[in-house]
Amino acid sequence: MKLNLKIWRQEDAKSKGEFKNYELDEVHGDMSFLEMLDVLNNELILKGIEPIEFDHDCREGICGMCSLQINGEPHGPDRGITTCQLHMRKFNDGDTIVIEPFRANAFPIVKDLAVDRSAFDRIQQAGGYISVNTSGNTQDANSIPIEKENADLAFNAATCIGCGACVAACKNASAMLFTSAKVSQYALLPQGEIEATDRVLNMVAQMDKEGFGNCTNTGACEIECPKGISLENIARLNREYMSASLKG
Amino acid sequence: MSTLDSKIPDGPIADKWTKYKNEINLVNPANKRNIDVIVIGTGLAGASAAATMAELGYNVKTFCFQDSPRRAHSIAAQGGINASKNYQGDGDSDYRLFYDTVKGGDYRSREANVYRLAEVSSNIIDQCVAQGVPFAREYGGLLDNRSFGGVLVSRTFYAKGQTGQQLLLGAYSAMNRQINRGKIQSFTRHEMMDVVLVDGKARGIIARDLVSGNIERHSAHAVVLASGGYGNVFFLSTNAMGSNVTAAWKAHRKGAYFANPCYTQIHPTCIPVSGDLQAKLTLMSESLRNDGRIWVPAKLEDAKAIQAGKLKPTEIKEEDRDYYLERRYPAFGNLVPRDVASRAAKERCDEGYGVNKTGQAVYLDFSSAIERYGKEKAFTSGHKNASKEEIVKLGKQVVESKYGNLFDMYEKITDQNPYETPMMIFPAVHYTMGGLWVDYNLMTTIPGCYATGEANFSDHGANRLGASALMQGLADGYFVLPYTIGDYLADDIQTGSIPTDSKEFDEAEKAVRNQIESLMNVKGEQPVDYFHRKLGLIMWNKCGMSRNEKELKEAIKEIAQLREEFYQNVRIPGKAEGRNAELEKAVRVADFLELGELFAKDALDRNESCGGHFREEYQTPEGEALRDDENYRYVSAYEYKGAPKDAILHKEELIFENIELKTRSYK
Repeated sequence: MKLNLKIWRQEDAKSKGEFKNYELDEVHGDMSFLEMLDVLNNELILKGIEPIEFDHDCREGICGMCSLQINGEPHGPDRGITTCQLHMRKFNDGDTIVIEPFRANAFPIVKDLAVDRSAFDRIQQAGGYISVNTSGNTQDANSIPIEKENADLAFNAATCIGCGACVAACKNASAMLFTSAKVSQYALLPQGEIEATDRVLNMVAQMDKEGFGNCTNTGACEIECPKGISLENIARLNREYMSASLKG
Repeated sequence: MSTLDSKIPDGPIADKWTKYKNEINLVNPANKRNIDVIVIGTGLAGASAAATMAELGYNVKTFCFQDSPRRAHSIAAQGGINASKNYQGDGDSDYRLFYDTVKGGDYRSREANVYRLAEVSSNIIDQCVAQGVPFAREYGGLLDNRSFGGVLVSRTFYAKGQTGQQLLLGAYSAMNRQINRGKIQSFTRHEMMDVVLVDGKARGIIARDLVSGNIERHSAHAVVLASGGYGNVFFLSTNAMGSNVTAAWKAHRKGAYFANPCYTQIHPTCIPVSGDLQAKLTLMSESLRNDGRIWVPAKLEDAKAIQAGKLKPTEIKEEDRDYYLERRYPAFGNLVPRDVASRAAKERCDEGYGVNKTGQAVYLDFSSAIERYGKEKAFTSGHKNASKEEIVKLGKQVVESKYGNLFDMYEKITDQNPYETPMMIFPAVHYTMGGLWVDYNLMTTIPGCYATGEANFSDHGANRLGASALMQGLADGYFVLPYTIGDYLADDIQTGSIPTDSKEFDEAEKAVRNQIESLMNVKGEQPVDYFHRKLGLIMWNKCGMSRNEKELKEAIKEIAQLREEFYQNVRIPGKAEGRNAELEKAVRVADFLELGELFAKDALDRNESCGGHFREEYQTPEGEALRDDENYRYVSAYEYKGAPKDAILHKEELIFENIELKTRSYK
């Protein structure tokens, strides 16, 4: 198939960006979206044009490195996948595809389609852990049985890949789904209880400090999340936050 | 030819590690504050080592090329992590895990290291649970296990098909705790460009900031390379796009011996190649072999009809299917080790029985599992006379709960529904057992330069068992290196911080700048990928699942030619300053072009078949690997001497005191 691509180009965080148009021929349905960009980049290099910078690594939907707002949707039109898992069979011959970086004040642009998501790391550093030494002097793994239902819910929350699609999907650029996933994982496990109060307060404080917007419960994040992280996690975060605030 | 000192402690194997830990030097907590350690790579081995060393009190700097430590490729490991907990009461023990690993590695690993790995394995699970890693549990609330290839017990702990992700997020959370305490400085989007030696010791690195393009100097008292494997020398592999050998190779060029480069794991269950422009391959977890049955048509005419698209797999009758693993290896069946399963698939496809349009695929079929689980589910829920449709429906639900995410992934990529039609799979490059040579302390032949996880060579011999990479990465990082590095650093308590304005740093930085400048100045005709793809094809065709003398000799020549062509004709657009993905790739491919040749040289030297290294000249009449323990019971460790063909081979003899050398049999 033949495609018209409208791609955001921006030299670095300070420069002004703009859309540039590219045409690409002989795109096959079995190609992934990023392979399509690889092909375009190779053509650009041969023509002496600087290739388009975009983040990617594992190309199997788990590292969370790839991003891209495709026709207005984070990770494109398909559901439950990342951009690297999006295949060109979802598009038709002659389509125009608009490709932009994830847009949020807390995600400054690095170059072209690559953005800086280190704000997510800083939210995790503020409390997204259990303070246990890694020396190995812990009790036997089976000494605390955990109800399967809670273990499964904790796992579901923990599958967040930190890609930032929730922020890009949100009209307020809120990071509540991301933050709530981590808070929930620990809130659902007995190991996480001890530090629950400080954890939720510190992580939310850091989230606000990074400049993410407020949550107005539109639910766009849940729809666009490649891992299906549930809005229930936001409800759980709110409960945790309320009870922590009362204690704190 | 010199011999290498592996520094294995004396004593009975089960006591070595405990005794050794009691005897080595320690650094007192106050002195640890004056010692800096650099860790390259933040996968399981790097993140766990960084967190533990920071917790002990060392000042740690971590470097990763990704935009966050959490994205290292350990994240993509699916199936699980082994530990000799014996929670299932099925006869597991440290010894059995040790034995399985040595046998699985085709008797080419170091006994003492493997025993230590088995010994600390249980503790990894305790540690991870304490960190909040959400492993799969049974209804009683206890941890669940499953079975992997090459073993007869269920010792694999898992978190659905995302075990690597959950373990890495655990290690990353431990890192975050130390970052928050100021004990780890995390440098993301940074590439290590060289290791700096001062008085023969590793004392720092030169790094490139991948956003600004700035060249930076970082000093430390020791450097830990946890930079992963080199499977991307094949271009197409299950590794991440950015996975590379550069950190390890730069250390090799500075004096670290590179061990067993030819030991590569070709994983049997990957999604087959779909087109010429494909950039990466996707693994389907080995856990699928617990329930999936692998087959090809028994009749050649059926295979031809399938390849031509005239016949569907579901139309082939049971008696016309060849479940070749069950046929050849009745004891282990579909759960033979990876090297055996891959070679068996290749054998069938080479004979013309492959099943997709290229003939390079076999079926992985869940219909029996769906029926078996469906019957069980119907029975336990009171439907004693369930119809076939009901059974299939219930069975699909069970299979979905076990493997749902993997089935979804398969469907997204191939556009086929694996609940209705068998999956198509084919072997692909997945893991490299070879790597930097290390002694029992995990130190390379450069004093103060350590290698952990996939970056070293030590524990898996010529073939790694499933769910053992995660175990090794975390064992090295949480429980081994933090002890052994202290023994070395005990001599550095009065050294003080290492200055970065020395002539050694000046020279190293200059060399890095020169390399970048010369690459930018080639201004040739072809992009980096052109060379990388070409290299990958040479590797796959001549150094892949089976190798022979003639083709290995050709490969050595062709790779050297390709390398020459690369330096004459590569085109890197843009500038050396600022972000430039093509320049990053060029630096990595330059190193792959050297490693590839050493790989072929090593494969040519090893006149035997063992594990993942299969030489066509050395096989039994039944086509099984034929080892030569008399002449090749050694680790090959290469010393850099300029061109890879000039590398000097050093041998570490492998001594087996606890396990009798036998022909590996899974029949």
